[in-house]
Amino acid sequence: MAAIEIKNLNFVYSAGTPFEKHALKDINLTIEEGSFVGVVGATGSGKSTLIQHLNGLIKLQDKKHSSVFVNGMDASKRATLKKLRFEVGMVFQYPEYQLFADTVAKDIAFGPKNMKLSKEEIDARVARALEVVGLDYDKIASRSPFDLSGGEKRRVAIAGVIAMQPKILVLDEPVAGLDPIGREEILALIKKLHEEVSPTVILVSHNMDDIAVLADRIVAISDGRLVADCSPKEFFADRQLVKDIGLDLPMAARITDALVQKGVPLSADIVSLTELADALSALKEGAHV
Amino acid sequence: MFRDVAFGQYYPTGSPVHKLDPRTKLLLTVLFVITIFFIKSYFGFMLTLVVLLAIVIVSRLPIVSVLKSVRGILLIVLISAAINLFVIKDGEVLAHWKIFTITKNGVHTAIKLALRLVLVISGASLLPLTTTPVELADGLEKLMIPLKIIKVPVRDIAMIMSIALRFVPTLFEETQKIMNAQKARGAAIDHGNIFKRIGAMMPVLIPLFVNSFRRADELSFAMDARCYNATDRRTKMKRLKFGWGDAVAALFLLSYTVVILLDRYYFKTVGIDIDLMIFGELL
Ligand SMILES: Nc1ncnc2c1ncn2[C@@H]1O[C@H](COP(=O)(O)OP(=O)(O)OP(=O)(O)O)[C@@H](O)[C@H]1O
Ligand SMILES: [Mg+2]
Repeated sequence: MAAIEIKNLNFVYSAGTPFEKHALKDINLTIEEGSFVGVVGATGSGKSTLIQHLNGLIKLQDKKHSSVFVNGMDASKRATLKKLRFEVGMVFQYPEYQLFADTVAKDIAFGPKNMKLSKEEIDARVARALEVVGLDYDKIASRSPFDLSGGEKRRVAIAGVIAMQPKILVLDEPVAGLDPIGREEILALIKKLHEEVSPTVILVSHNMDDIAVLADRIVAISDGRLVADCSPKEFFADRQLVKDIGLDLPMAARITDALVQKGVPLSADIVSLTELADALSALKEGAHV
Repeated sequence: MFRDVAFGQYYPTGSPVHKLDPRTKLLLTVLFVITIFFIKSYFGFMLTLVVLLAIVIVSRLPIVSVLKSVRGILLIVLISAAINLFVIKDGEVLAHWKIFTITKNGVHTAIKLALRLVLVISGASLLPLTTTPVELADGLEKLMIPLKIIKVPVRDIAMIMSIALRFVPTLFEETQKIMNAQKARGAAIDHGNIFKRIGAMMPVLIPLFVNSFRRADELSFAMDARCYNATDRRTKMKRLKFGWGDAVAALFLLSYTVVILLDRYYFKTVGIDIDLMIFGELL
């Protein structure tokens, strides 16, 4: 069974007013359990609108023709809405602005508490979630979340979502506004979450380098339409498409292009710096022999 | 959900009404609302409705945008009409049941009260529907200038107002975002009884306040950094100017007010009851 099945999804904001916006157009998408999907697209292309359909935060507008199924649950059914929201953990843009409780532990416990778990189970999950995001329980659990640094706050916010141990983890630009080291740490954390907590991960990002390295599949959206659904290598190899939908190439691909222009024979499907280094050293070996 | 509650948000159509000077619209709105309180006859209400419709048509607003503002006060209108209906005891009795008495006077007062409230809200909602918050604040600032003589800090007030107006949509948007984030963690915001819902709002309200203070802080730093000060030497990028449209609009609304006042004070004294002529058989 596929983790996510979206059929003919359309969405219009503020229909019938001058602000009307057709944000999603005929989206069909199936995501298998265990995959790491990168969702890319220019600003305003509809990425956030799409992912909010996955846990029923945005209701289906045309139930006759379209459907969203997550782990076999119909996202438009009220009866399973709660269960759905616990199975799809969603980390929004700037999640630290949603912290509210007076201690870190209480904030992280919010989700598990809503799941009506036992007290012991909740405590265990809070401790585990803090451990996974790399924060020290003894030092931080009883502090106020508002006194932490930006990066720490974001980790706490992410911990609040993974404490629900969702089967699917959705992250909307999780590294926006962080410094380079903070970014690296959160990205490493996401990789770890994919391996240890949530088998299926959907990552929305404007950073093509992150997507190229982490995702095993790319879903590209342009002006509400699905324009590509393939591996990162295939996606970035189509230079024209990437340019047309207003996206950047990963750093490695840009260096590759520059080198190819200078006559270095490299293939267009290089997307990560490691691959580029491998290809260059292979060339060098070849030259020596 | 908030989009529906928001009282008459700006609705751009580029109509002549939208292009009027905000001062004209402010003053005429006040005049219109006051006039509505002087209406006495059903003829007056009819006329007001026609005037209102005319303005809506010229503004190219859809009727629903105006009705939306009315929907927000519908309950208040119904309750106050009902109270009037049962409390007023003088005049011809129409129905009587236990302690309840309905009289002809009561019916008339209830209907007129309901009409008055609905018309006032519809009329007032036209202002924010056709004027951007920034224009409104500019217009108010200009209108308040005379108050400077009595040392009212007009410019500061205007700045505070325009900032407040500017951040209303931001606040709505942010509320929606935080609500979504907490709902995603299973918060019961959209179901359960009222007490449960209020309790469930805390995880939304706390971040909302924290973020607002943070934003206010940032904004004040940004204004300081650009040497903001509210002195008279500050000039405007867009200067307000009255045009022909303003004269036409003023003339139109003034004539309406004159007719309403004539209907109330003159025709009644000379014994012409337009109401009786038109609605004589209503009740
Ligand atoms: N609440 C709303 N009301 C009206 N229009 C909206 C609303 N939210 C989003 N839109 C519009 O819908 C379109 C898609 O928005 P969405 O937030 O899904 O884009 P996005 O791909 O997530 O962009 P970004 O990369 O900037 O986050 C945009 O054009 C946006 O202006
Ligand atoms: Mg977005």
